[in-house]
Amino acid sequence: MSLATKSRSSAKKSRKRSRRTPLATAALLGVGLLLSGGAYGAVDTLVANAAEDAVEVDMTATETIAEGEALFNANCATCHGMDAVGSDNGPSLIGVGAASVHFQVGTGRMPMQMNGPQAQVKPVQFTEEQTLQMSAYVASLAPGPAIPDAQYTQADGDAAHGAELFRINCAMCHNVAAAGGALTEGKFAPELQTVDPVHIYEAMQTGPQNMPVFNDTNLTPQDKADIITAISWMTENTNMVGGYNLGGVGPVAEGLFIWVFGIGGAVAFAIWLTSRPN
Amino acid sequence: MAEDEHGGELRTANSSDRSGNSGTAIIAADSFEDPGHPEHGHRVTDSDPQKSNNAQRWIVGLFWFSLVASIFAIAAYFIWPIDREDITSVRWNSLFIGIGIAFAMLAVGIGMVAWAKYLMKDEEMAEARHTTAGTPATQKRAVEIFAQADEESGFSRRKLLRNSMITAVLALPLPGIVLLRDLYNGNNESPVKLLHETMWDEGVRLVRDPSGTPIKASDVTVGSAFHVIPEGLNDLGHDELLNAKAKAIVLLMRLPEEKLNERPEREGWSYHGIVAYSKVCTHVGCPVALYEQQTHHLLCPCHQSQFDVTNHCEVIFGPAGRPLPQLPITVDNDGYLVAQSDFHEPVGPTFWERRNDYNV
Repeated sequence: MSLATKSRSSAKKSRKRSRRTPLATAALLGVGLLLSGGAYGAVDTLVANAAEDAVEVDMTATETIAEGEALFNANCATCHGMDAVGSDNGPSLIGVGAASVHFQVGTGRMPMQMNGPQAQVKPVQFTEEQTLQMSAYVASLAPGPAIPDAQYTQADGDAAHGAELFRINCAMCHNVAAAGGALTEGKFAPELQTVDPVHIYEAMQTGPQNMPVFNDTNLTPQDKADIITAISWMTENTNMVGGYNLGGVGPVAEGLFIWVFGIGGAVAFAIWLTSRPN
Repeated sequence: MAEDEHGGELRTANSSDRSGNSGTAIIAADSFEDPGHPEHGHRVTDSDPQKSNNAQRWIVGLFWFSLVASIFAIAAYFIWPIDREDITSVRWNSLFIGIGIAFAMLAVGIGMVAWAKYLMKDEEMAEARHTTAGTPATQKRAVEIFAQADEESGFSRRKLLRNSMITAVLALPLPGIVLLRDLYNGNNESPVKLLHETMWDEGVRLVRDPSGTPIKASDVTVGSAFHVIPEGLNDLGHDELLNAKAKAIVLLMRLPEEKLNERPEREGWSYHGIVAYSKVCTHVGCPVALYEQQTHHLLCPCHQSQFDVTNHCEVIFGPAGRPLPQLPITVDNDGYLVAQSDFHEPVGPTFWERRNDYNV
């Protein structure tokens, strides 16, 4: 909008045009950022997909349990004690079930790297096979929640029913768009959009960290499958309505956006309205 | 100047006429010298016809662009219709209509401001003050006109006619008042009573939200959190249901029994470590449901109030003024959880008439 030239004097000739407009620099920067970020994201996805291969492990076989015990004694017994009876540094794992071990180890939360408000997701330390062996060992000590049947983690349930259950039981902590949210003293409810359906199911069943337990009498396996369906639907259709969702975290991001760009625009107009024309 | 009845006389700046008149409040011995206006700097559009033409072309272009954007907004309404089957259609419909209307309004606004800034006459003016009252002659004439109008119309003389008209005019709003009388709150139940009573009562089963299935005490394992409504809530009509649910929602939790520090008078209100608390925050009524099962803290997502479930939900952080009301529970003969009674205090935020002597 070059309604007025930059010079104060009327006689001055317009300056020689520079080789590039400032906009070109910004556009170039934007393209570069998009490309590098996109490439990083693509590589990330490839790496993540490569890690997910189906493994067949007989959870009740003696050698599986023996393998699991060896792994447990080498990696977990320091805190959870021999025979998983617990110690000053870690809780007992008697009766937590295979689902709990599969969730904690499979998401990289265990073995825990450092004491903090809660165990953080890290790169997974064990192969799926080793994780299942440890799960089998812990499950052999005492009965507990088992790893869910594959039929419940296909995300092919009733998304509408699942979304209703999600809003009642999950949305207050995990955000209505499953984008995660803060709790007290550094604890937080993680986002669920990138979590494996098996791990979502296991978390509901075992209540890791500070999450309440949602056992099968509270949310039936089919209810859990519906919730997983709803989460995957929300994740896939995240931008169906409303355009850019600013991470889906609600008023903080949206408020920041409108304060910066909305009020910024209003301020820019006010400055232009009251400026002296040259 | 003094005879000037119709607005101040416009004069260009730096005029030295400082004579006071009846309407100006000028102190004769003004210690300030009037600095006058700064020297007038001409705009480029005033001195360079080329630039002036350019600016005009820009502004005309903006107005035409606004017209095009308006037409585009109307076209977008038909090009991207809302399809009830396809939720994404809403996005495109509102996006393009919005873009059209936004550019239409912005371009007109920018164009008008630019016209005023760059092309309209750019001369500072000084307008001398003048009295606002009319001359005595004018005032006298105005009173005469009123008196004459009263005389001719008979407004003072024909009292019956005048009062009938005033009565009729006063009655005009009555139909509106009668039709909209429901806006008056006096006919409804007192809010105090409404807030003291919920659907919970002796023997009312705790059922799951939203399915309405009853909950056995054995279903509630340690660490569990159940979102609970009273039995029979789902049988209500839509509006009643929402009003009843807003007061009656409850969160059911099971803690290890040794964790609960129960006051003697509330010993019987829990069942083997299962406790039920109102989900309505005592600050401004958000649903408190962020339960940390290891710290046994309940969080309110709106203003970060924290309640300690082990100590009858007393407030340990945040703006909430009181602990959450506890619902006394027990089991019936079939092992299902039931309420012993209604809440012993009103749920939700404080209100004017709330007594502050609820001890139990």
